[in-house]
Amino acid sequence: MSIAAEAAASSQAATVGAPEYAIRADIKKIFYGNFLAVRDSVVNVEKGKITGFIGPSGCGKSTVLRSLNRMNDLIPIFRLEGKVDFLGQDIYAKSIDPVAVRRHIGMVFQQPNPFSMSIYENVAFGLRLNRFKGNMDERVEKSLRRAGLWDEVKDKLKQSGLALSGGQQQRLCIARAIATEPTVLLMDEPCSALDPIATRVIEELMLELKSRYSVAIVTHNMQQAMRVADTTAFFAVDISQGGRTGFLVEVGPTKQIFENPQQTLTREYVRGEFS
Amino acid sequence: MALLDPASSAAAVAAPNMNRSFFERRALTNFLLTVGLWSLAALAAIPLFSVLYMLISRGGARISLETLTSLPPAGFMPGGGIGNAIVGTLVMVAIGALISVPFGVLGGVFLGIVAPNSKIAATARFVGQVLTGFPSILAGVFVYGFLVLAMGTYSALAGGLALAVGMFPMILLTTEQAVRMVPQRMKDAAVGMGCTPFQATWKVTLPTALPGVMTGVMLSIAGAAGNSAPLLFTALFSNFWLESLREPTASLAILIYNFSGMPFPNQIELAWAASLVLVLIVLVFNIFSRMFGSPKL
Repeated sequence: MSIAAEAAASSQAATVGAPEYAIRADIKKIFYGNFLAVRDSVVNVEKGKITGFIGPSGCGKSTVLRSLNRMNDLIPIFRLEGKVDFLGQDIYAKSIDPVAVRRHIGMVFQQPNPFSMSIYENVAFGLRLNRFKGNMDERVEKSLRRAGLWDEVKDKLKQSGLALSGGQQQRLCIARAIATEPTVLLMDEPCSALDPIATRVIEELMLELKSRYSVAIVTHNMQQAMRVADTTAFFAVDISQGGRTGFLVEVGPTKQIFENPQQTLTREYVRGEFS
Repeated sequence: MALLDPASSAAAVAAPNMNRSFFERRALTNFLLTVGLWSLAALAAIPLFSVLYMLISRGGARISLETLTSLPPAGFMPGGGIGNAIVGTLVMVAIGALISVPFGVLGGVFLGIVAPNSKIAATARFVGQVLTGFPSILAGVFVYGFLVLAMGTYSALAGGLALAVGMFPMILLTTEQAVRMVPQRMKDAAVGMGCTPFQATWKVTLPTALPGVMTGVMLSIAGAAGNSAPLLFTALFSNFWLESLREPTASLAILIYNFSGMPFPNQIELAWAASLVLVLIVLVFNIFSRMFGSPKL
């Protein structure tokens, strides 16, 4: 309950003054081959806030999230029309190296995916990748503390990250992602493979992390969006053209999306009339 | 009725007969099949253990420091050993590994990660599979034409290369399997952390696949150590210590082949000793492959 109250309070605070954005995505079209997966979606990730993406299955919310750090480039037939502005630069510009983009926009995945190496090495991975010159031990400890995992693993840093429980693995992945101090953290349904207790721990963690990192989270769980997101973007599927194309229906402060949505589609969805 | 009144129906059901009965049909079948399987397993183990027993009893008698460290004797001479053949086998297997491991592992990475669905990968995979069942003597003939004729002499280099031809397909295909087994989500995580494709492969996929890769490498080494056919046309044999990689070289497998057919009891004893040493080398690499292959958490 306190989490929800906090989220609501901060979303109200957000309306005061002009918001600053870490990412401003103006997606015209996303194709997989000839298949139009997403159209006409303008989503922004506000600095120091949590932006939630909700919507029914197949609405393209994960696709949109993964296009914010060019993870979709792994799929050869992926093509995006539009612009994703990250701190003033279009990350889809020809001159931009997607590898460099991903070093500033970190990602936490649906399935916990620690590397098959020690807990310590998992967290140090990104630092070594970036040739970090400072005090590695200190940085690893700080990241694990921020991920709320330090007390549980401080005596077994040499053990494999795969030996941890699912919830611990996911927090390890968060520690790994924030060790390099990314500007934005993208989370693709980070709790869907976890039990309710581990989910709660991760949600509390997100609220702590948002002061340092701008967070965008995809969730299929509306209650989760209500609990953590400051801003919520609702996506739906358009089957009118014959295909299944996702698009952004409405975006706004979380409280407004859930209590006073402007669009009929949003109202029906948050009431649970379809899913 | 039972649905309406669960309490009374539970009481009404008589306790079924659940006593053990050996002569019931399914118990009997189970017993006979179990006995059958155990005897077949024992039967299958008989050749293996009888060979081991013969090697240990006949070869073990001749194992001594002298046998392991001296040169083969001439006909009718007592004593002598198989030292140069042990060195020759280890050196040629090492040369074979030095050639086949880099090519095999890199090729496996290509097949498994870089371009798994390309035409060249499909061709290479098919050729690799054909090569696994390729008669190993043809590897020797190939290297004979390719290197021995060009160099004008049999040599350890040619022997090592011929062994490499035999080792390569196994390393290639096991590496491909091992890198494919690495979960996609780990590869995704590496890319998400900002790895270039090379870094993702080198820092995440290959280390994760290492146990599987090492299993393939060790098994191929074990196979090469016991392989004699490729060496017949390439390394030939030598009664002297290995001094240069460019001269004919002794090996355990060829020593066994040569000496076991000789009319001298001393040589035949040495052939037995060499067989035992060879089996032990093969066994050691097989054990290594087991050790590397065991998943560690």
